[in-house]
Parts: sequence; structure tokens; C-alpha cells
Amino acid sequence: MAALDAEVREGVDRETVETVQAMAGKYKHGWETDIEMEFAPKGLNEDIVRLISEKNGEPEWMLAWRLEAYQRWVKMEEPRWAMLNYPEIDYQDQFYYAKPKSMAEKPKSLDEVDPKLLATYEKLGIPLKEQMILAGVEGAENAPAEGRKVAVDAVFDSVSLGTTFKDELAKAGVIFCSISEAIREHPELVKKYLGSVVPQSDNFFATLNSAVFSDGSFVYIPEGVRCPMELSTYFRINAENTGQFERTLIIADKGAYVSYLEGCTAPQRDTNQLHAAVVEIVALDDAEVKYSTVQNWYPGDENGKGGIYNFVTKRADCRGDRSKVMWTQVETGSAITWKYPSCILRGDDSQGEFYSIAIANNMQQADTGTKMIHLGKNTRSRIVSKGISAGKAQNTYRGLVTMHPKAKNSRNYTQCDSLLIGDQCGAHTVPYIEVKNNSSRVEHEATTSKVDEDQLFYCRSRGMDEEEAVALVVNGFCKEVLQALPMEFAMEAQSLVAISLEGSVG
Amino acid sequence: MMARAQAKQDALSARIAALALPEGLRPARDAALARLSGMGLPLRREEYWIYTDPARLNAAEPPALAAEGEADFFAALDRARIVFTDGAFDAAASDDLAQAGVEIETLSDAASRDIHWVRDFYGSLETQGQTPVARPFAALNTAFAADGVVIRVTAEATRPVELVYRSTGTVSDPILHHCVKVEGGAALTLLEVGFAGARYNTTLEVDVADGGRFNHIRTQGRAHERVANTHLFARVGAEAVFKSFTLSANGILTRNEAVIELAGAAGVAHIAGAAIGEAGFHHDDTVFITHGAPGCESRQVYKKVLKNGAVGVFQGKILVRQVAQKTDGYQISQSLLLDDDSQFLAKPELEIYADDVKCSHGSTSGAIDETGLFYLRSRGVPEAEARVLLVLAFLAEALQEIEDETIAEEIRSRLESWLL
Repeated sequence: MAALDAEVREGVDRETVETVQAMAGKYKHGWETDIEMEFAPKGLNEDIVRLISEKNGEPEWMLAWRLEAYQRWVKMEEPRWAMLNYPEIDYQDQFYYAKPKSMAEKPKSLDEVDPKLLATYEKLGIPLKEQMILAGVEGAENAPAEGRKVAVDAVFDSVSLGTTFKDELAKAGVIFCSISEAIREHPELVKKYLGSVVPQSDNFFATLNSAVFSDGSFVYIPEGVRCPMELSTYFRINAENTGQFERTLIIADKGAYVSYLEGCTAPQRDTNQLHAAVVEIVALDDAEVKYSTVQNWYPGDENGKGGIYNFVTKRADCRGDRSKVMWTQVETGSAITWKYPSCILRGDDSQGEFYSIAIANNMQQADTGTKMIHLGKNTRSRIVSKGISAGKAQNTYRGLVTMHPKAKNSRNYTQCDSLLIGDQCGAHTVPYIEVKNNSSRVEHEATTSKVDEDQLFYCRSRGMDEEEAVALVVNGFCKEVLQALPMEFAMEAQSLVAISLEGSVG
Repeated sequence: MMARAQAKQDALSARIAALALPEGLRPARDAALARLSGMGLPLRREEYWIYTDPARLNAAEPPALAAEGEADFFAALDRARIVFTDGAFDAAASDDLAQAGVEIETLSDAASRDIHWVRDFYGSLETQGQTPVARPFAALNTAFAADGVVIRVTAEATRPVELVYRSTGTVSDPILHHCVKVEGGAALTLLEVGFAGARYNTTLEVDVADGGRFNHIRTQGRAHERVANTHLFARVGAEAVFKSFTLSANGILTRNEAVIELAGAAGVAHIAGAAIGEAGFHHDDTVFITHGAPGCESRQVYKKVLKNGAVGVFQGKILVRQVAQKTDGYQISQSLLLDDDSQFLAKPELEIYADDVKCSHGSTSGAIDETGLFYLRSRGVPEAEARVLLVLAFLAEALQEIEDETIAEEIRSRLESWLL
């Protein structure tokens, strides 16, 4: 056993702790938009469910579906198995519906939307103009005329403000709109697919969402269509004491392809706010869906005050043969993260991929991972999870890989690596592996380590300061995941990784 | 929730209805019974029993099982044998217990003395091992164990001590509890061989003081219908070494739990298991290693070969406390599925609160390597033999954890003869 060399490390650690303590208010999206809001009364009961349904102008069947979910929810217990420690949530002390007053009459186009709201998204770097690519990306002005376009659906508290590039998408047959609009305009699709991947009774938070979801995005890519541009939804929580419950439904018909991006931020507040979303993806034969998330909800301050409680159910059903779904997530925000984007690999030869970077700093707690459920023959899945803990944060990877008896010749590869920065944080791995046939191969690997001193020393000897050096090493650690993101997101994510860790090293 | 708590209590009442607390060590036994009453017995689909149905362990009646003689495993070895026949110490069949540097008594003898270290020791590590996860069958063992051995090692033992379990079929539900104390700088190899009854429950509590060494080799009996429910609780001191290896072949249900705490700096704990089984075989290794001091090393190596619907379970955890900087933790669980009906279910966990650590775990599952098989056959090895070679190669990493070459060789050749 090597002699303990405690001294060298102590110097680093003391500074780390001090800097982490000194670090406050680094969250750059913590401002709020001063705008008049219309709230539903506080609390949750059947009347609130009816009110949300009425505000969205929903048909009777939708209301019935919500009420059924609500009845189930009141009988359910909140799950507490995750490695998360938070005070009991008072579900009656929340607003379940908040809408800017200026949205009372739904604007016909984005030009009519309240300039304050447009300015909000402008400030977030997501201008709601039909521009070429997201702002903030270098070289945007030089992009070729036929360059990448991104259509955006902007959700502000409980409502969708509008969706860009609608006409151009419609020409390709793609439906991209808010889910409330889809319920009105495309009831046959919504009826067929809503709740078919995440049923009403799935889990406490999904059931709550089923009852009270106020808006979200809806995507339908018809057979054989490759979506001509990337689709994106930007979620902003603004109002105080307001929960956001969005519901996203993406359907990729046979042979279709779509890449979908999701971003989220919230103002800095002392109280915790609840966010319980559901995302359902259906991929039919030969369809491919890429779903990328940069989750940057307000994480709370360095003492753990405030921050978003993020309880999210995301699931993809690879229903068709040779279908493919890829989840990529960069989780840097939220005080509490409870999120397991999963794939049900039902079709033969279908594929599921999960790439994740979860960063928890200060008092953040993250319990996140994935489920890969192999049902079809020759199904493939790959999981790459990178967890980084700093400050006093706790970061848990929780995952399930299951090979059913009929999933012959299937394959899973899982790699979860954890990096600890400072000795006050925790990194945990809780994988469940179930193999029920012998022609399939399952491999799981996990490592936990600290930032490599040799790599740091090398970077510093080349003239980098310590913080830059750590950011570089961490970006290297995350490389496999960052590479899986679409270009604009990768750049945002990369700088987010650095910002999230700012102040975590001496 | 209430109904579930009640069901756990009902299961317990039924299970212990016919049991009586033995004389001796009453404070410890009463405390264990109180712990047990607080826990109740596990039910199906509890988090800690997701992959193993505790029904056979809960059942009031143990399975019926004829006596089964088993060849003496370590006949070639010079060792001190302590024989338990049908769960009771068999003095006539045992060797002389006197040995330089090793004090050996039966649990009932030690318990009858007015002053004995085992009075404080008995059940103490088991009690600690009840958090964070309840292990009711260990508390049940502490409360109701009929006998066992109490060993104190004060120097380097000259020969291994072997616990031999025999069953003539008269007692099918034996409960044994052993306490071992290895003093600073002392060393002991403990062998456990055979099965003590149709459904046997054993607990081994081991305290290895600073600089002590403890080696444990166990083979669990090959009777197909037997049920084994074992617990191993160890506390490992500074610069002490703890090693344990278990060989299991057959058995309708085996649940081996190990709870090891590295309590002193630079301690070492290795635990390994090789299991082979077919049809109806259900083998569960549940391991919890806590790094509670800096600079310690732990290894968990578990290999299972499963055939004709056998089920292998591994639940392993490494917990690294904040003080345990410079931890080196390693865990591997692998299974070889020889056909499509067998299953491997695993939950390899890490829980880490110290930053300067090196921890890794791996878990794989798959069929026999066809390329390897092809290669061996192309070299003229008949297929059946080639398969055995590949199975042995697969198990090798676990067997390497056995320090004593003679014992390792004995186990290897035994395995080979079973496989062929």
C-alpha cells in the first residue's frame, strides 16, 4: 500500500472549498421578465384540471383523459427510491397554470407576440425570428444560404408563444406545433399516440403531468420524410411558485428522420419550483429520431436555496423494425434532477443510444440515467454516461439494461464514468442488468476518479491557468457525449460545462 | 404500506413459530430477536430482493432432503477439522482442537463461561451490518443459532482450521454462528466444507485486528435440492488482510451475503466466488464493502456459469466514505450463459464520497466465445473438452483469488471433474 500523500491534496482542496463557497450568482439566465401574468388559483383539484383544459380549448375526450389521470394521481405515492434528499413538496402550494396576459388572444403570428416576450428569448440567445441558426454561434453570418435552419417552439410558463418556420415545414408535410394546437387540429394523431409510450399510470410525476400539462410541442414527420431542418423547443419558467408541466410528443413515421433540440432556463429565486415533464417518442419502421437536451434550469444558490425540482419522464418506443432513437443530454441545471430517458427496443434490429453529461455543483443533486429494454431481435443499445460532481453535490447514474428472452442476438454496451472535484461531493452508480438469453451480449463498465493530476500538470506547464486546465480536462472527459450533439448545441454545451464548474477548482 | 408491514410480520411469526431461543448469550440473542421483530421478513420484489424470491427462506417448513455424503474436499491438506453433524458439534468426528496460537471452542462452551470475549462480540458485527440495509436472516441466525465455533487467533496458525458440515437428514434446518477474532499480526486460514442440512443458515463474524491476516475458503455442498442462506460479516483493521473465496455448484437456492468494513488504513479485502449450476439453480451473491479508512484496497470477483435455466444474481456495492481517500476499489461480475434459458441479473453499485479514489466495476454476460472454441477445435481439442477449457478459463480470475496454491489446485481439479 502506498504511503498516504495527504498534504499535496489538502492545499488544492481547501482552495476548492473556499472558491466554491465564494461562488454565487454565476447562473447567467437568472433574471426574470417583468410581465403581467394570468394565474389559475393556487393548488390542484379537479376544477384546476378542467380550467387548464378549458383554457386550451380542448375537446371533451382530452378533458376526460386528464381527469382519469388526476383520479389515479391522488391515489399514488411520490417515489422516494432515488438518491435525492429534498423536503416534502406541497402540491397544493403551486400554481398549475400561468399565462402572460398579453397572450389572452392567441397571436396569429410571431410578429404579434408581446415584444417583452420576444425580448426574453432574444436575451436567452434564442431569437424567435426565422433566422438561419441559433444566435451566439460563431460564423453564423457566413453560413451558406442553404445552411442549417432551426425551427423553434417557444414555451413560456404554461403556454407556447409560437412556432417558427411553420410554413416551410408544412411544405415538407411536417407538423410542428404546440401540443395544445395539435389536440385541436390533429386529434386523430394525438388520440392514437398520446400516452401510448408513457401511459397515464406510468409513475407519480408522469401521471401528474397527464392531468395538468399545459403545453409543449408536437412533432409529426410523415412517412419517408427527412425533416428539412432541426426542430427545437425552448422552455422558460418565469412566474414565481409556478410549476411547469409540458408534454412533448414526437412521431416519426416509416423512414422519417428528425433531430430535435430542447433547452430550458428559469429565473433565480429563493423558493423551489416544480417541473414535471413528459416526452414521448414513437419511431416506426426505419425511422430515426435524435433528441438532444441542454437542461439548464436554475440550480439554486451555493447554499442550496432555490432551484428547480426537475422530475422528468422521457421515453422512446422504437416500435418499428430498424428504427433508431438517440438521446443526448447535458444536465447542468436544477436543484434536483430525476430523469431517465429510455428506449423500448421493440422492433427487430432497432437501436437505442443514450449519451449523457450530468454536472452537479454546489448543493445540486442529480439522479439520472436510462433504461434500455430489449424486446426485439438483433437490437442494439449503447450508453455513455459522464457524471461530474463538485462542491457538495451528489450525482447518481441509475440505469437498467434488460434483454428479454426473445431479444436474440442483441447487444448492449454501457460505460459510466464519474469524476469528482473536491472531497465534499459524491458520485454514485446504480446499474441494473438483466440478461435472459445467451445469444445477447451485455457489457457494463464504470469508473470513478478525480481529475488526473498529470493531465492538469501538463496543461499548466503549457501556460493554462488551473481553471482553464480543469475545463479542458473535463471537456476531454465528456468528449464522447459532446460529439453526439448537433453542432450548435455542442458549442453551447461545451461552454456550459466550463461555466457550471466555474469556481470549483482553486 | 400497512398491509405490507403486516405481511412481513406475519411471515416472521410463521417462520419462527417452532424455534426456541437457546440458552447462553441471552442478552445478544434477545437483542437480535428484537432487531428481527423490527424488520420482519423480506417479501417478493423488495428492493434488496428484486432478483431473488425469499419464499424458500421464509417458508416455515424446510425442503425435505435425504442425507448426502460428500467426499472429503481437502483430504490432501494437513488441517484441524471441526465437524458439525446435523447442525451440532460432533466431538467424536472432530480433530483435537488444541493448536498453538489458536484458541478454539464451541459456541455453546464459550457461552457457558462467566467471562468470555465472545459475550460482547457475538452479534456485534451483524448488528452493524444491519444498516443501511436490513438483513433479517442474519438477525434470525444470531437469535436462534444452536451452535458454532469461537476462534481466537493470537499467532500465525500452523495449519488451517476446517469446518466440516455433514447432514444425515435428521435436522433439515440447522442454524450455525461462528465468531473469529484474529489478533494483531496473527494469521488463520479457515475452510468451510459441505452442507449442514436441507436449508442451512450460517453466519460468520470475523474481526481482523491491525496487521492480521484471514483467509477463508468455502465450498457449499452439491446436493441439488439444498437451500443455503449465509452471511459473512467482517471488520478489517489497519494493514490487515481479509480474503474469502466461495465455490458453489448446484443448490436450488443460495443467497450468500457478505458485509465487509475496511476500518483501518491500508487494509485489504478481497472476496470472490465461482458458481456453476444448472436447471433450477438460483445463486445470489450480495456483497457490501465499505471503505471507512484511507488507502484501502478491495476486490470483488464473481463468476458464474449457468446452464439449463439456471439463474445467477449479483448485487455488489462499494461504499467509499469521505475519509477513505486513496481508495482502490475493483469489482467484476461476469456470467457465462451456456444456453438460452439461463439468466444473469446484476446490480453492481458504487457509492462514493471521497474524491481521490480509483474505483471501477465491470459486468458482462454472454455465451461461450465461438472464436475461442473454433481455435481449440482447429488445434485438435475435441469440442466437449474445448468447452470445459473455456469454462475453466472463464472462472480463472475468481480462482486466482485463492492464495494457497494447493487449495486452488484442489478446487480447479474438482471443478474440472464436475464439468467433464
